[in-house]
Amino acid sequence: MPAARTGPSLLMVLVVALPVIAALAVLPRLVDLYQTELLIYGLTFAIAALGFNLLLGYTGLLSFGHSAYFGMGAYTVAFIVRDLHVQSMELCILGGLLSTLVISALFGYVCVRHTRIFFGILTLALSQVLWSLAFKFFWVTGGTDGIRVPRTGVTLLAGLIDFKGSGSYQKFVYAYYYYVLGLFVLATVIMWVIVHSPFGKALQAIRDNEIRAAFVGIRVRRYRWLAFVISGCFTGLAGVLWVPLNGLTTPEILYWPFSGEIVFMTVLGGFRTFAGPIVGAIAFNYLKVYAVASSQYWQMVLGCVLVVLVMLLPTGIVGTLARLAAKLRRG
Amino acid sequence: MALLQTIDLKRYFGETRAVDNVNLSIEEREFVSLVGPNGAGKTSLINVISALLQAESGKIIFKGEDITRLSVTERVKAGIARSFQLVNVFDDLTTFDNVALAIFSREGKTAHLGTLAHLDHAVADEADRILNQFGLAAKRGDNARDLAQGERKLLDVALAYALKPKLLFLDEPTSGVSTRDKAQIMDTIASVVRGEGITAVIVEHDMDVVFKYSDRIVVMAQGAILAQGTPDEIRKNEQVAMVLLGSSGPDAFTRKD
Repeated sequence: MPAARTGPSLLMVLVVALPVIAALAVLPRLVDLYQTELLIYGLTFAIAALGFNLLLGYTGLLSFGHSAYFGMGAYTVAFIVRDLHVQSMELCILGGLLSTLVISALFGYVCVRHTRIFFGILTLALSQVLWSLAFKFFWVTGGTDGIRVPRTGVTLLAGLIDFKGSGSYQKFVYAYYYYVLGLFVLATVIMWVIVHSPFGKALQAIRDNEIRAAFVGIRVRRYRWLAFVISGCFTGLAGVLWVPLNGLTTPEILYWPFSGEIVFMTVLGGFRTFAGPIVGAIAFNYLKVYAVASSQYWQMVLGCVLVVLVMLLPTGIVGTLARLAAKLRRG
Repeated sequence: MALLQTIDLKRYFGETRAVDNVNLSIEEREFVSLVGPNGAGKTSLINVISALLQAESGKIIFKGEDITRLSVTERVKAGIARSFQLVNVFDDLTTFDNVALAIFSREGKTAHLGTLAHLDHAVADEADRILNQFGLAAKRGDNARDLAQGERKLLDVALAYALKPKLLFLDEPTSGVSTRDKAQIMDTIASVVRGEGITAVIVEHDMDVVFKYSDRIVVMAQGAILAQGTPDEIRKNEQVAMVLLGSSGPDAFTRKD
């Protein structure tokens, strides 16, 4: 009898994933427009956090500068729509991915020469370079006013769906929801394959023990760089998808507190699990929206949540649930 | 031609001469033990040859090529692998994944990011075979951090072995384990190494182990090679007995006092 494989069972993954996808697909029929819109935000942030966690959870590198890639994606779309008068969302995605690829390759090349706090500080510093460019070069970037990207200015599926005329807002929210959901599922599948590939195993080995990783022949710095670029591109895609929804991009999404929010989302969900960042991002989005709506001291509310989280649930929502499930199974 | 040759190899730490003008030659398929008192420079020598430390001067010739300036990964690719005195494995990966990773790396597959690791049956079968050889098959699904000390030591060696090296350095593979485990670990290592015709250099303190398994013994003291020879020659060497045991005489190595 062949020994049991230690890899994940595809069947089990599908058993968990398919009902979730099905639920997400029918949700807009059950909730109102506003809730649907919130979910789109949640899904885009989930893509960002998923990318971020390739570095934190799987490679052991804590980036404090992922706002850079999110913002790069967002601003690229804004430039494409405003200056090139391109409307196709697919071309915007292509352009956004290309620009984040370049910038994350450049930044990553510098950052992966260091680890731990030095890595974190470098990512933070470089992201703030982009922020100050967006902030100061107002004749290009609009400064603090940002750049408007009206939803009427984009089309989906190579021009098949546009959002002009009456009732277009509603049409946009529903169409865009499924558009983002599709890309979210695609991004999640790709990331799942990456972390379960030999490359993903090599990253985890580097996370655990970089010296031994080198002694089994893994080129540690190069692999960290590759992980950095992939991570940046995922977060960049999230930025691209976020812009038409938000209708506007401002330097705020390049500023360091937004990098902190991406860290927060990931820790909230649990960075040692694959689904953690997804759950964390969606939960964080609701948390922030309701905290802002209910109190002018919303930052304090989020701060308290973070403290409680770190002290009581260090493994995050998904990590804690997984532990409880394991306990129940053992009886 | 020797498989490995060091020429006037030097590595100092300030005033301390960790590796001092070492000229060592290792023949193919030899099982060599490196012995000497603490601080003799055994681990430093291995560290310099495996590129964990850079040589200050001197040369390292491996398979006829000068590898003195090559990086760790380049030396691994050339066929040099090692284990560590303090267990050095991937704690949060399973025992199986630890070994599988070494195989993926050897086959140049770690850059593959579009295939699922656990569906590569050739790698999985080989990993299982190696786990069997090292008696770790029952622990294949356990994380490396949950293994017992003796098992962790074996996994450390198995990781190096899975790279199919020409030359394998084992730095105290039996330190910190019980006497019973020690014999089992050494028997496992010896059978695997001899069976595959791997050249092995082992650092070991237990002279019973050294005499039992070695083809040749190299004695180091204060960073330099003091003596080398067959187990019988070393057993009779009074200078070696003085350095290692602090006493000499015809039966110094067998006397239990």
